[in-house]
Amino acid sequence: MTELLVRIAEHRDKDAFSQLYAHYAPRVKSYLMRQGADQASAQELSQEAMVSVWRKADRFDSTKASAGTWIFTVARNLRIDALRKEKRPSFDPDDPAFVPAAEVAPDQFVEVGETQTKIKAAIAELPEDQAEVIRLSFYHDKPHGEIAEYLDLPLGTVKSRLRLAMRRLRMALGEEL
Amino acid sequence: MNASHHPSDDLLWSYAAGSLDEPSSILIATHLSLCPVCRAVVAKAESLGGELFENVDAAPVDAGSLDAVLARLDNTEEEDPVFSENHGHGEDGATVPAPLKEYLPGSVPSLPWRWLGPGVRYTPVVVEAKGPKVGLLRIAPGTKVPMHGHNGNEMTMVLAGGFTDATGSYQRGDVEAADDGLVHQPVADPGEECLCLVVTEGELQPTGMIAKVLQPLFRL
Ligand SMILES: [Zn+2]
Repeated sequence: MTELLVRIAEHRDKDAFSQLYAHYAPRVKSYLMRQGADQASAQELSQEAMVSVWRKADRFDSTKASAGTWIFTVARNLRIDALRKEKRPSFDPDDPAFVPAAEVAPDQFVEVGETQTKIKAAIAELPEDQAEVIRLSFYHDKPHGEIAEYLDLPLGTVKSRLRLAMRRLRMALGEEL
Repeated sequence: MNASHHPSDDLLWSYAAGSLDEPSSILIATHLSLCPVCRAVVAKAESLGGELFENVDAAPVDAGSLDAVLARLDNTEEEDPVFSENHGHGEDGATVPAPLKEYLPGSVPSLPWRWLGPGVRYTPVVVEAKGPKVGLLRIAPGTKVPMHGHNGNEMTMVLAGGFTDATGSYQRGDVEAADDGLVHQPVADPGEECLCLVVTEGELQPTGMIAKVLQPLFRL
């Protein structure tokens, strides 16, 4: 998938785009429907998101994120803009105030794919109650208070499940999280 | 110098998930501009989002939607509007990171500062979205901010100068999260004026004598 996105960025390759569309447009649509969009607007917005993916493909950096992660951020930002009608404040590496990260020594450099594999394994091993709060927090645009209401749990329980889940994921990534 | 007091993982994860309100996101994005450590945490949380994205049950898309999208790809007329690049604001130089600057109508000194107490001035940052209040606080060097408590959470991020209270010393980029119940008396470091970005959920509760007198002023 990452390779498809690179082909789009470098060669404006429509065949690569069609393949990427087949895989991600249904995921973007499903994500938007979980966020409360009805079927018609989720369809329209998923098309919008995929057009954005085409236009912004040159901003995708395969050393920093996987294709799925990057498309998730595009869909997330579009959702905040279109469904929540809010702005998404975000940092800009060209900002004169921006503080860049120190160079990473080559032996400490972690491949994006490696991180993604570890995250995948860690999610698979999360106890269901912890996985559920993570999914709700990422996919249902629910602040923690509403997750608590939805699951009919005290807020403290939701927060502690999230903390436990984060700790496990952190450990799975060797404390890098 | 890099920040040493960071926002909680909770907030960073909510920001990555896109579930954090816009006012709090301004502070988080401003901190992220200055803090590579927290940017790495957000990037990891986004990878988690990307992974969940792969696992989500796909919703079938309308037949013909790919063709409709392909037909739009070469149309450069509907490019995204270019947002004004208002980096700069003249004299602010690199003091105010871009995510915050976008919300300010002008340079920091030109904002409508309100007197809040001796050596303390405040100006609200206008955010249309619902959520906590956002504002900037200027504290003259060496000034003691009246002792106060909090009902509701408050986050303060230093943009220039610094301050110290019982919980530690805060410099550019540092974030202090004051929970419900924290009572503190921040003192601005000597030398340079302290400029802070403040995100407040509830009203501040003055506890000292002077602060009680100033109470109406604390209702930011
Ligand atoms: Zn930080």
